Amino acid sequence: MTDSNATGPNRRHFLAAAAAGSALAATAARAAPPDPRITEVQDWNVSWGDGVDATPYGLPIHHEAEVIRRNVPWLTADAVSSVNFTPIHALEGTITPQGCAFERHHAGAIDLPKADYRLMIHGLVDRPLVFSYDDLERFPRQNHVYFLECAANSGMEWAGAQLNGCQFTHGMIHNMEYTGVPLRALLAEAGIRPEGKWLLVEGADASAMSRSLPIEKALDDVLVAYKANGEALRKEHGYPVRLVVPGWEGNMWVKWLRRIEVGDAPWEHREETSKYTDTMADGRSRRWTWEMDAKSIITSPSPQARVNHGRGPMVISGLAWSGRGAIRAVHVSLDGGRNWQQARLSGPSHDKALHRFYLDIDWDGSELLLQSRAVDTTGYVQPTKDQLRAIRGVNSVYHMNGIQTWLVKPNGEVENVEIS
Amino acid sequence: MSRFPETLALILCAGTATAGDLGRPALPQEIAAWDLDIRPDGMGLPEGAGDVATGEELFSETCAACHGEFGEGVDRWPKLAGGDGTLADDDPQKTIGSYWPYLSTAWDYIHRAMPFGNARSLDADQTYAILAYLLYSNDLVDEDFVLSRDSFLTVAMPNADGFFPDDRATTELPLFSQPPCMADCKQEVTIRMHATVLDVTPDDAAD
Repeated sequence: MTDSNATGPNRRHFLAAAAAGSALAATAARAAPPDPRITEVQDWNVSWGDGVDATPYGLPIHHEAEVIRRNVPWLTADAVSSVNFTPIHALEGTITPQGCAFERHHAGAIDLPKADYRLMIHGLVDRPLVFSYDDLERFPRQNHVYFLECAANSGMEWAGAQLNGCQFTHGMIHNMEYTGVPLRALLAEAGIRPEGKWLLVEGADASAMSRSLPIEKALDDVLVAYKANGEALRKEHGYPVRLVVPGWEGNMWVKWLRRIEVGDAPWEHREETSKYTDTMADGRSRRWTWEMDAKSIITSPSPQARVNHGRGPMVISGLAWSGRGAIRAVHVSLDGGRNWQQARLSGPSHDKALHRFYLDIDWDGSELLLQSRAVDTTGYVQPTKDQLRAIRGVNSVYHMNGIQTWLVKPNGEVENVEIS
Repeated sequence: MSRFPETLALILCAGTATAGDLGRPALPQEIAAWDLDIRPDGMGLPEGAGDVATGEELFSETCAACHGEFGEGVDRWPKLAGGDGTLADDDPQKTIGSYWPYLSTAWDYIHRAMPFGNARSLDADQTYAILAYLLYSNDLVDEDFVLSRDSFLTVAMPNADGFFPDDRATTELPLFSQPPCMADCKQEVTIRMHATVLDVTPDDAAD
């Protein structure tokens, strides 16, 4: 059936319609002349699709082949201590599909079976302990949605507009529903001694990824997570167990978590001295810049999601988030920040999680300078890049949460620009 | 009646994981195998020693292909030496000598995570020696220097006072928590930079 149909009349009609130059019909479903997608019987209306045994675990349909993680080779010396980018220009809602959620490794994504997994807690504790993966599944569970944003997200834009697409300028982020055990429950099993004020959290990979975590945060909302978006963590996201550190820079979300040492002082390891410290204009550097401040980005229109429909109704869609709470409001400007409108928040609104916003406009086809500005529940208003540069200079590498500007041209092209 | 409180107690225990229920004691050998980290106060440093000359030889064999013979870096691989006094420049050179506040960090990181692709292959003496060479490359010690647990805390790192804790709560949050302008916020807007002029974005998904 399938073979004969592929070369049969229906297939020929399909090709003929395509040859007739139906870009307009595809996007606007105009009625004159009659639309062959309607007047001709289509293949999928006649013969079978795939059986339920075709795809035990599915991937997106091939028409969505552009919705993938992307790499920018010139950013790093090699691909195993590097980063790729979530295709946020093409996603909607707030939950990031795990298969295209960005990766950041320092010695590659390792393959660590559950059976070989061990988690050690030691140091200033009453009972140094080792947990197996199965042990972790026996603790009372919680589910929470949180964003993970790399501290370096948008960092290439400190010096000015560099990369043309929100996937590249803002795509070191994902947002998942995590299932796991509160870290405080594991620490309670070991019993923290009164002098225990800091935790060293360490991964099992060859980068020896380790960070110092203050005890207050560890006892607050940190999770030891083993599922994301309903299923096991992906290998590249820390399978089988990772740390979830809500609102704080992604580097601290240690993957393949294997060890927690309780101490009385921070360790000042490589990832909190050489890296993830923010150099100011005077040459001195901030350390322990843990929280990710309120931020937003218009994901469409954007350079990778140009306007193809001409003037008329246009959906402006975007994401907003804050490491210090939930998003109270998002403002959108069409004229480079001269005037602002309230956007509409749509969907679930969790603390320290992505929020989706929309502004529905009637585009007259003229040039736009699109911006979005997030306001979080602490009252913090997302600053401009210039406001940040006035305080920090341009070499702080991390924590760039300045307002992004997109130039929408009359032909529908969109570009990353900096404005006065 | 007398059995009822016992039953209740059993139910309560079953409903709440209590200390000692899950996990097992970590053995001293297991802790020793994983607890390799070093702190600025020297906590965790093992016995051992290494001199500059030994370190130079080891560095040349195991490190120089990426980091250069003198720690100056090859291609995009990290520079480990140089850059002294550049932190406030337009293009700061952040190396162990110019930027890192603590010697312990370098020892810890080299020992646990280097060489890249063959981590955990350096013993304590080798790590002391390589770090002694890197201190020499950064002009921080003489060529006859021997780094050991005893001499460790005598090395002064130039940028030890170059860091301060996150101060956004005082320098930024009050400034950025003012009610924002909503209308007629500025006179004019001009574009001063285009990403397409730089043209460094990968072209399509096949890249």
